[in-house]
Amino acid sequence: MKFGIPVYPGSNCDRDVGWVVEKVLGHEAVYLWHSEKDLKGVDCVIVPGGFSYGDYLRAGAMAKISPVTEAICEFAEKGGLVMGICNGFQILLEAGLLPGAMLPNKTLSFICKFVHLRIENDQTPFTHLYRKGEVVKIPIAHAEGNYTCPPETLKEIEENGQVVVRYSSPEGKISEEFNPNGSLNNIAGICNKRGNVFGLMPHPERASEAILGSVDGLRMFQSIVESVVRA
Amino acid sequence: MATYFVKVFITYRKGVLDPQGVAVEKAAHQLGFTKVKNVRVGKYITMEIEAETPDEVKREVEEMAKKFLVNPVIEEYTYEIKEVE
Repeated sequence: MKFGIPVYPGSNCDRDVGWVVEKVLGHEAVYLWHSEKDLKGVDCVIVPGGFSYGDYLRAGAMAKISPVTEAICEFAEKGGLVMGICNGFQILLEAGLLPGAMLPNKTLSFICKFVHLRIENDQTPFTHLYRKGEVVKIPIAHAEGNYTCPPETLKEIEENGQVVVRYSSPEGKISEEFNPNGSLNNIAGICNKRGNVFGLMPHPERASEAILGSVDGLRMFQSIVESVVRA
Repeated sequence: MATYFVKVFITYRKGVLDPQGVAVEKAAHQLGFTKVKNVRVGKYITMEIEAETPDEVKREVEEMAKKFLVNPVIEEYTYEIKEVE
């Protein structure tokens, strides 16, 4: 299958995602330059991490008005699978494909380390190869991953099962102690109501080969492949 | 056509935790400015806009704020307009 990877000026995880798609999974990766409006018939889009447009104004604020982002929004409206990683998640929030926004980490520092995540929803096209309650180890690398949203939105996404992954202890305990950035309810990743758009701050592409210290992220990409092939 | 100088002030909304504001407040207290409270850190953007009337400038600024300058989930803003002599 064909994975589309938009590349904005300042994206820096596009090749890492491409590596996993091509070298680890053996599928095709198509890079989509930010000024393009044509998604070239891709089966899914992965918006990579980095610092699109230098994160000027707000992380993801400039990228949301790129031609390629407009095309991604249309693709998502038609039901296409879109996953945003780190800055990609921030872009999806700014573009309104996912609810909420990001604040600077409560520590005010850039945090780059492995964290544990508990899978909260194993029914999405991105996580169906995991088990609900399973704990995985995937690294984060961000300065603005402190997820927030209005109380009524939080209630809605919690009730709809849109919280897909939460920061947890290695045993799966959810508490402030295991919340690296201050995110509401330890939220690390959410999906839209329809379930075809998913964003997360951790980097599954950096945990997809044993040499990187974890392979726990690989099943996210494999889940997408199975969902697309099955459909 | 006149030129207008616009100042836009953006801060986090009330009730949204501002980690930078909290850090600056703590530092102020540490330096002995103990009466300081509710510190908020925001953005200050200036620009010039060519327009026929101040109303036209207003519309332009508010449209820009809505489209990308401000994220209404977490931020609020005010602005000032002054005609350039």
